[in-house]
Amino acid sequence: MQKTVSICFLLLLICLQGVAQKKLFTKTGIISFYSKTAVEKIEAVNKKTLAVIDVANNKIEFSVLIKGFEFEKALMQEHFNENYLESDKYPKAVFTGIFAEKDLPLTFTENKTQNLQVSGNLTLHGITKQITVVAAITVKKQVISAATTFTILLSDYKIKVPALVANNINKEILVRINIPSLQEIK
Amino acid sequence: MKKTVCSFIFILIAGQLLAQDTTSLLNGLEEKAAIQKVTGTFKSTRVINAHSTEMLYKGNLDFRIMHRFGVFKNGFKDLFGLDNASMRMSFDYGITDNLMVGLGRSTILKDLDIFVKTRILQQTKGEKQIPLSVLIAAGYIVTTQESFATVKPTFGDRSSYYIQLIAGRKFNSNFSMQLSPLLVHNNATLNPTDDNTIFGLGGGLRYKVSKRIAIMIDYHHAFGQLDKAITDPLSLGVDIETGGHVFQLHFSNATGMNEKGYLTQTTGKYFKGDVRFGFNLSRMFHVGKKRKK
Repeated sequence: MQKTVSICFLLLLICLQGVAQKKLFTKTGIISFYSKTAVEKIEAVNKKTLAVIDVANNKIEFSVLIKGFEFEKALMQEHFNENYLESDKYPKAVFTGIFAEKDLPLTFTENKTQNLQVSGNLTLHGITKQITVVAAITVKKQVISAATTFTILLSDYKIKVPALVANNINKEILVRINIPSLQEIK
Repeated sequence: MKKTVCSFIFILIAGQLLAQDTTSLLNGLEEKAAIQKVTGTFKSTRVINAHSTEMLYKGNLDFRIMHRFGVFKNGFKDLFGLDNASMRMSFDYGITDNLMVGLGRSTILKDLDIFVKTRILQQTKGEKQIPLSVLIAAGYIVTTQESFATVKPTFGDRSSYYIQLIAGRKFNSNFSMQLSPLLVHNNATLNPTDDNTIFGLGGGLRYKVSKRIAIMIDYHHAFGQLDKAITDPLSLGVDIETGGHVFQLHFSNATGMNEKGYLTQTTGKYFKGDVRFGFNLSRMFHVGKKRKK
């Protein structure tokens, strides 16, 4: 009987190993975006980004609350939520992606920076578009961090800018993602 | 036999754990929405004449120019009233997100007014839900126009005071409503039989027809003894918002643009053609320190 139990435990352990070890996540990722024109600079930051990397299955997901973006000017933040992103209707931005095949299999054990290609669907303002970005994932002193920069077009996500303020808002928005550290899901 | 069954069950359990991977990775990690302030109940700090549930953000200076023209019904003779304009200019400033002050001057009777407005309850949603916002505004108005009466009015005679409670709710992203009981005290009245203290009940509505355009209604009913010629102020209009500007265009029977003026000195009958065109223009400046990130 003892033998049976041991065998079973061993089996269970092996199976769990595959699951538990290889999921990394954070709840404090930082997403910021910038719009720069001759008239006005606009910048906002959200420090409560949720991100998960499923190392075993090469998957990555992000989720962020639109209301969590903070602007220097409170009125701008109100307009961003009310008139541009309509955050009551579309409260979240979500990205689901997979790592490119050439980068597989994923390992985040050695101390180094890897530039990995990720492609997937970004859902923003109720519209889903495919994007491909290069993410730099760094392992240093057992801390795994990640960063990427890319641009999105406002028109892709049907975010309309009225003609009167067309000179204040760039049609192309620079998005920066910075994840200081990822933990394993226990 | 026992062995096999046992192993089989364990494998099943383990398999179950693996199978969960097909759903979103974020399952179970996402936090429930925390307490969220409900913002943008109205587009501007005034419904049209009355204080709204909106406040200025800290460090914002709102320069407002309000115009009320002559009655529309005279037609081309005075260009549908545009020949006769009265105005109120004001500077409002947000000391904190929940406290603002304002200073205004109207051409009618050369009224000078100051007010302070504060929020005591903020509508929220999420974990903790508060169904409405409640604010208090209090002000002082002094008439500075020269008097030609034989007995000159004293400074006290020229003074009026008001206090207003504003309770409003944003029902959904398009529809907002507020009720605003108002108490106005005039030290001296225009008509000797008028009550010095008049109670008014105000109602304000907003319905957004597009992201930046809303239909507005602002109405007050006065309770108390007032001259027969005095009517309830009613204004119907649209708000148009573009970045730092809000334009409020409307048709109203009131020329007064402070609380004393619109509640106790409105004479036009709205549905008998005493309607005048008017607009409020609001321009927001950021003068305070920028918020820390």
